[in-house]
Amino acid sequence: MEAEFLSTMALTFKLAAVTTLILLLIGIPLAAFLVFSKMRFKSILETVVSMPLVLPPSVLGFYLLLAFSPASALGSFLTEHGIRLAFSFEGLVIGSVLFSLPFMVHPIQSALSQVPKSIFEAAYTLGKSKLQTMIRVILPSIRHGLISGIVLAFAHTVGEFGVILMIGGNIPDETRVASIAIYDEVESLNYAMAHQYALTLFAVTFAILLLVYTLNKKSLGRIR
Amino acid sequence: MIVIDIKKHLDTAEGPLEAHYELSISDGEFLTLFGSSGAGKTTLLRLIAGLEKPDSGRIEVEGEVWFDSDRRINLPPQKRSVGFVFQDYALFPTMSVRENLLFSAETPDQRRAVDELIEMVELTALSDRLPATLSGGQKQRVALARALVRHPKILLLDEPLSALDPAMRQKLQDELSLIHARLGVTTLLVSHDIAETVKLSDRLASVVSGRIERLCTPMEFFSPQTLSGKLQLIGEVLKIEADFPVSVITLLVGSSVVRTVLSSDEASELRVGGHAIISTKAFNPILIPLP
Repeated sequence: MEAEFLSTMALTFKLAAVTTLILLLIGIPLAAFLVFSKMRFKSILETVVSMPLVLPPSVLGFYLLLAFSPASALGSFLTEHGIRLAFSFEGLVIGSVLFSLPFMVHPIQSALSQVPKSIFEAAYTLGKSKLQTMIRVILPSIRHGLISGIVLAFAHTVGEFGVILMIGGNIPDETRVASIAIYDEVESLNYAMAHQYALTLFAVTFAILLLVYTLNKKSLGRIR
Repeated sequence: MIVIDIKKHLDTAEGPLEAHYELSISDGEFLTLFGSSGAGKTTLLRLIAGLEKPDSGRIEVEGEVWFDSDRRINLPPQKRSVGFVFQDYALFPTMSVRENLLFSAETPDQRRAVDELIEMVELTALSDRLPATLSGGQKQRVALARALVRHPKILLLDEPLSALDPAMRQKLQDELSLIHARLGVTTLLVSHDIAETVKLSDRLASVVSGRIERLCTPMEFFSPQTLSGKLQLIGEVLKIEADFPVSVITLLVGSSVVRTVLSSDEASELRVGGHAIISTKAFNPILIPLP
């Protein structure tokens, strides 16, 4: 029982960590694009990014399940190449990335939009390329936005339920994460175990958020 | 030698404007772009730095073409040797004073010269501080030193002192003047402050509606009469109080407030915020040195 508890918790945090890392890598360029692009159809992309905020998780999960199933074009293509996304950890990562996208993109987007244009221009007139400017000047100065994005995306992925239930099911060591386990234990009237999961999630997420906001406040005080 | 002949369509607060800048600046010259806000002074600096693209024309700096619409040349800002001092300083917030300069240096020589530059702007004691902990005048000095790190061919100053209090402003004007004399870097300053312009610049380009209307020395511009027995002062009109048959005019001359009386007719040509020359005839000025 204890081993199962530990492996479920490990899987939960592994999913959250992998998802957050991927989100960080795609969230920064995506947020930069949303802030700086003058493209006409930008608001469509902005809407798509924000959709998971209002969409029931089951809707996203349902469509992902359809897309992953061997009956669909994407699913059959993947199956031919030996990749199975439905009811697998990889599939959960894709679902979580999509579902937590706004939680990473929005804080970065809002921090980026507050950086004065002249900071970018100053770096350019000092001979720095756009990439150098982004890495050396801009990202360090929006770190509070990055930290908020990381924390929110991580916490949101830990707390995810609907999407995972739809596309992942409840396979130990593959797709059985803590939120699913709680539901499962309650269904089987195993309240003690459910409580152990719930309390652990509660304590860990509280501790992470508290730590990060405390650190964030300190570092902000230094550069403001 | 810097030769500029560029056109640019501008959308200003007062409506669209077809700006056409024709200007040549000699090496080592200190030229001030003088004019009211919205005349297109800052735009000219941004066009030179490559932060905005002219519609047509040519910019050549010391024989190097930075922009030429006919030959489709448009160097990006990174490739233009400019030092730009922004109105809001634009210091990199997570880097200390020293790091701001070091980040800008490109060669080992420039890196070694960083401490010397910091000393020149009197910031040695503050070199490990973050920009947020500095005063406006100190930030301005960092911005200036940072703009000088790469030995730019032209230093572009966009109203760098406008946000400072009068005392700090005067001190920095003196410093700017000294630094220019010492480094001899060709400098283009945007200003609408008369004292600053007279004090710092070799020549003045008066910018009106996107065009350079006059190019002369500041004294020729502000005080057109040749030297005579007349005492002439330039002031800014602060207040016009009609008190028939006369008007009491309050002017700001330098940092002193002066009141004088005009006939209401004469006063009708003045407006608050405008500039006026005060002169007196048959007058023998007495100069008493202040302690």
